[in-house]
Amino acid sequence: MKQVVASLLAVLIMAVIAPSVVLAQNGPLRIEITEGVIEPLPYAVPDFVAESAGARDMAQQIARVVADDLTGSGLFREVPREAHISQITSFGSPVQFADWKAINAQALITGAVSSDGNRVVVKFRVWDVFAGTELGQGMQFAGTADGWRRMAHKVADQVYSRITGESGYFDSRVVFVSESGPKDQRAKRLAVMDYDGANVQYLTGGNALVLAPRFSEDGQRVLYTSYETGMPRVHVLEVGTVQSRILQGQEGVMSFAPRFAPNGQTVVYSLTQGSNTDIWAMDIATGGTRQLTSAPSIETAPSYSPNGSQIVFESDRSGTQQLYVMPASGGEARRISFGQGRYSTPVWSPRGDMIAFTKQNAGRFHIGVMRTDGSEERLLTASFLDEGPTWAPNGRVIMFARETQGAQGSSSLYTVDISGRNLKRVRTPEGASDPSWGPLQ
Amino acid sequence: MRLSAKLTMLMAGLAVSACTNANRFDNGAVDLNAATGNAGGFVAGSASDPSSPAYFQQTIGDRVLFAVDQSTLSPSARATLDGQVQWLLTNADYNGVIEGHADEQGTRAYNLALGARRANAVMEYLIAQGVPANRLRFVSYGKERPIEICSDESCYAKNRRAVTIISAGLTG
Repeated sequence: MKQVVASLLAVLIMAVIAPSVVLAQNGPLRIEITEGVIEPLPYAVPDFVAESAGARDMAQQIARVVADDLTGSGLFREVPREAHISQITSFGSPVQFADWKAINAQALITGAVSSDGNRVVVKFRVWDVFAGTELGQGMQFAGTADGWRRMAHKVADQVYSRITGESGYFDSRVVFVSESGPKDQRAKRLAVMDYDGANVQYLTGGNALVLAPRFSEDGQRVLYTSYETGMPRVHVLEVGTVQSRILQGQEGVMSFAPRFAPNGQTVVYSLTQGSNTDIWAMDIATGGTRQLTSAPSIETAPSYSPNGSQIVFESDRSGTQQLYVMPASGGEARRISFGQGRYSTPVWSPRGDMIAFTKQNAGRFHIGVMRTDGSEERLLTASFLDEGPTWAPNGRVIMFARETQGAQGSSSLYTVDISGRNLKRVRTPEGASDPSWGPLQ
Repeated sequence: MRLSAKLTMLMAGLAVSACTNANRFDNGAVDLNAATGNAGGFVAGSASDPSSPAYFQQTIGDRVLFAVDQSTLSPSARATLDGQVQWLLTNADYNGVIEGHADEQGTRAYNLALGARRANAVMEYLIAQGVPANRLRFVSYGKERPIEICSDESCYAKNRRAVTIISAGLTG
């Protein structure tokens, strides 16, 4: 696989760009991401300036990806280019703030692209139009031509971060299961893509059934379940080399539902012995295992807290699937879900403050979030079959799979923000399920 | 002529099956054996030969069905499995892999575990009735391998199943 990370050389503060103006604490150009954010902030992003002959197309495309990222977040609204009064023809020229105020663009993003052979340099500035100042400092990114989308995502992450005060999530990837064929003959392959569905690359061939890939915290490895041996077994795949191997030391009949600990050294997973499924932990280097639950019921879908001290999981020990939290070393578990229906696939948020889950109630499926003690449950979606949430690296957005009903039903990926707004489908070449959102790169 | 004789046998098999499985759950008499057993697998021999895998699949019945979220064997399921026991004891060269399945109403990991419960319930029953444990093993496919693809109970009832796949030779 192309190692894009290596090609993206560095993030350089441009000394040539004028010194920054510190944004006033209560300046107008600020989005506080709270429940109350309903009105997106209007901004303008004209085509970036092509500073070399071959950079023209890329200069336009980068501005479009920046706009897709920002508008797609639901926090920003683009002022259409047709409404622009000023044109940005030179990256260094003064900004005509009055022209941007007139169309109510509160933020303005200007940029320039130059290319020299395969090497591309992208630079940008963010302007607080109504204050008439630059927001933060100009920056530039250098990379190869085929990494242009990543540079665009990095620009958008900077804009998002400067205006919201929180880190972005655009320059990130998602590993998922790509699906083709009808329900009774469905072929599944592991694939990885940019968060927005671009640059899909397949990681397995599709001969063996594969399920539920999970990124490591650094995005370098993927755990997944494969039927390659005829039985479901946990495998680990190095993303850089696309080499995979079965994890040694798995006992029992089947093992599945793996997830990395934050340290990347330990893997938790479900192991089936006889009729019983419990949660186990394995040291990935030594293969040494340890049983964490020992109830006669089904214990599965474990997920670590970001500090690695606790594990949230689902169990039907009460008679129906519910969510429980236990110490990472095993031991007594505390039930946290008490609402109507069945709760499953819990995932701890990267901020540590919430747990996302799947809920089945009254014939419908929901994606929801709750605090880690089970309070403040909030359902974000409802459909025939929503399943398997995964958190954006900044903990503000959740991706999940939605399967449609009936013989022609198929699965697609969707995102929704944690207030339940901005439900969007992620475009993928085929059907898609079991997303796992990797880190900000 | 031979062909028509075979068809008659097959129809007889279906009739027995439909009778056996009638009113197992609310969905009534389902042509269970009308569906292919293990997807795409060839079944050797003629259904008229009582020692053939085809006879096991079509006449004895290679599968049992389960209620929603349950792994308990119903009386009719046990009757089918009693037939499987007799067949396996008579045909000692064959081993069985029991595949457990769930319908699509449930999350992926849970359905894998639920399918395992169902397959294990069948395996334990077969062993309790005398089939040597070393001739049997099980695997769960959860909701990954439905045989019926509509999204209502008529299909779900057939997908909540444990299927005994027999083959000559050693189990893994």
